[in-house]
Amino acid sequence: MKYLLADHAAALIDRIIMDQIPEGSRVLDLGCGDGRLLCRLRDEMGASIQGVERDPKAVIAAISKGVPVIQADLDQGLDEIPDHAFDYAVLSQTLQQVIQPENVVNEMLRAAQRAIVVVPNFGHWRIRLQILVNGRVPITSELPYDWYNTPNLHFLTMIDFRALTERLQLRIVRELPIVSGVAKAGLKLANLRAESALFVLERMTNEVIPITIPEPQKPATEIESDSAV
Amino acid sequence: MTLASAPPLPRDDRSVGIVSTKMIDLFSGESPLKLESGVELGPVRVAYETYGQLNEDASNAIYICHALTGDAHVAGKHSPESKKAGWWDGMVGPGKTFDTNRFFVICSNVLGGCQGTTGPCSTNPATGKPWGSTFPFITIGDMVEVHAQLVRSLGIRKLLAVVGGSLGGMMALDWAARFPEMAHAVVGLATSARLTAQGIAFNAVGRRAIYADPNYKNGEYYEGEGPKFGLALARMIAHITYLSETSIERKFGRKLQNSDQLGYVLQQEIEFQVESYLHYQGQRFIERFDANCYLYLTRAMDYFDISQKYGSIGAALGQTAARFFLCSYSSDWLFPPSQSREIVTALLGAGKNVTYLELESVKGHDSFLLELEELESLLKPFLNSISSEVMTLASTRSGGSH
Repeated sequence: MKYLLADHAAALIDRIIMDQIPEGSRVLDLGCGDGRLLCRLRDEMGASIQGVERDPKAVIAAISKGVPVIQADLDQGLDEIPDHAFDYAVLSQTLQQVIQPENVVNEMLRAAQRAIVVVPNFGHWRIRLQILVNGRVPITSELPYDWYNTPNLHFLTMIDFRALTERLQLRIVRELPIVSGVAKAGLKLANLRAESALFVLERMTNEVIPITIPEPQKPATEIESDSAV
Repeated sequence: MTLASAPPLPRDDRSVGIVSTKMIDLFSGESPLKLESGVELGPVRVAYETYGQLNEDASNAIYICHALTGDAHVAGKHSPESKKAGWWDGMVGPGKTFDTNRFFVICSNVLGGCQGTTGPCSTNPATGKPWGSTFPFITIGDMVEVHAQLVRSLGIRKLLAVVGGSLGGMMALDWAARFPEMAHAVVGLATSARLTAQGIAFNAVGRRAIYADPNYKNGEYYEGEGPKFGLALARMIAHITYLSETSIERKFGRKLQNSDQLGYVLQQEIEFQVESYLHYQGQRFIERFDANCYLYLTRAMDYFDISQKYGSIGAALGQTAARFFLCSYSSDWLFPPSQSREIVTALLGAGKNVTYLELESVKGHDSFLLELEELESLLKPFLNSISSEVMTLASTRSGGSH
């Protein structure tokens, strides 16, 4: 999925992810695409690497690079991955594309001690401005799609993501707003200024917070019955 | 050793051409094969074929383990007149997945088989008669011991890859556990770390068909007719398990064989096309296979459980540094994808990494023999990456010694 991003931008984000991972770690990359990040982790940092990818062409590309890859759909669960088999699970620019983001985050922290998640920030000022001024769904370098052909199913801001971690009772070990491919730790007004953000997460308790399907909300006022017809 | 010089066959320049099966005697004299049952057996004659050239440092060898009723003849033809090529001809040849321009490919008939390697229909040197049911009990591990000895006798210390589908995949897994240093990669297709209860059940029914044949005569049938009826029936049952509901439905549906109307005659055994097909498969099978051998090999398959000897699948496969490539097929109900996933989980749990694909196919267990195009698109890059890794390793080593 990452290969949808422009190569240069993706390489910058890869670098930021790599900076979060100690040498020799065992890393699982979910939605590993052609295995570019994993290759670097293996070659430059001696990591033990494992990819998961859905797209058949990307799987072949990863295999060609010597990257071990399991073909699977993140939304179908990761049942074949045993608990805590990895030090790090990486999910870069993919969370907004899965059907059940909560599930995937929970699965990451079942499979690995720590999760590294990179998400596009829908709260960026340029996006807000586009909606405000144009009155249309925004198109940016981070979100370069029309509404009808986007692989992005969910739109979230940094604040939204923090709220999710709270709900799932996860600790944010590190939060890195990213501006023009550069990590800006402690960036002021990050939710307004960051194009995307990296979060390093771990579980606060061993207890997995179950996913709840929200009840449909009752309308504020009772809809009038049309039984008289 | 090479057969590449044989003239290419017309209209298929990707064939290995005319090949022949070779024989070698292993475990002779003072060093018989110690079987898992405790019995010693020797010498063991092995029928094998090779394709392509072994390179100078013997680092380009790939070993293919055949499935239950396969043989050493993987690719090419035995004579220009042969109608049928080897059982995996689509995979082995110049430019094919197992590219004989680059790799040295080996396949041998398994121990206990009936296609040239020592088995129950071979002559027992002590009696001068066929072993029959006095042949010692054979396991998958015993078969792998013989494979490994053949590899050593060819001057190869480490294989580039050991490959197998179904029962052959069980051998590849056992090989990785038994000789963790002997292969850079392990390729297991439509396989399992232990046969399921369902698999044992189908094998049991097949064996029962043979035992129940009056011509079986406790396995001492070599001077008579032999349990042809039982063996054919065993094959008919097994053949159903190699297909899928969809594939058998698409192929035959309810089509009738010789009429467009039902006959309403009970004694007419072949009315539907699917019946005719199964009888044909049974008939073809008894022309090339031995009943005792079928009993021995299916039993070996039943016994196989890689976790048993080592404690767990992870412990069994955790000792090797080999890279794993596993593949299952969505419609395979004999070796279902769940069995491959079990191996994947065990490998990941043991700190190994693995390439695993569950391919969509309607062709059931036989998919690994039939759906070659997709397999090629995945296995070729896998073998390429292994091969270049091994070459880099070799050049670093030789560079260091200068």
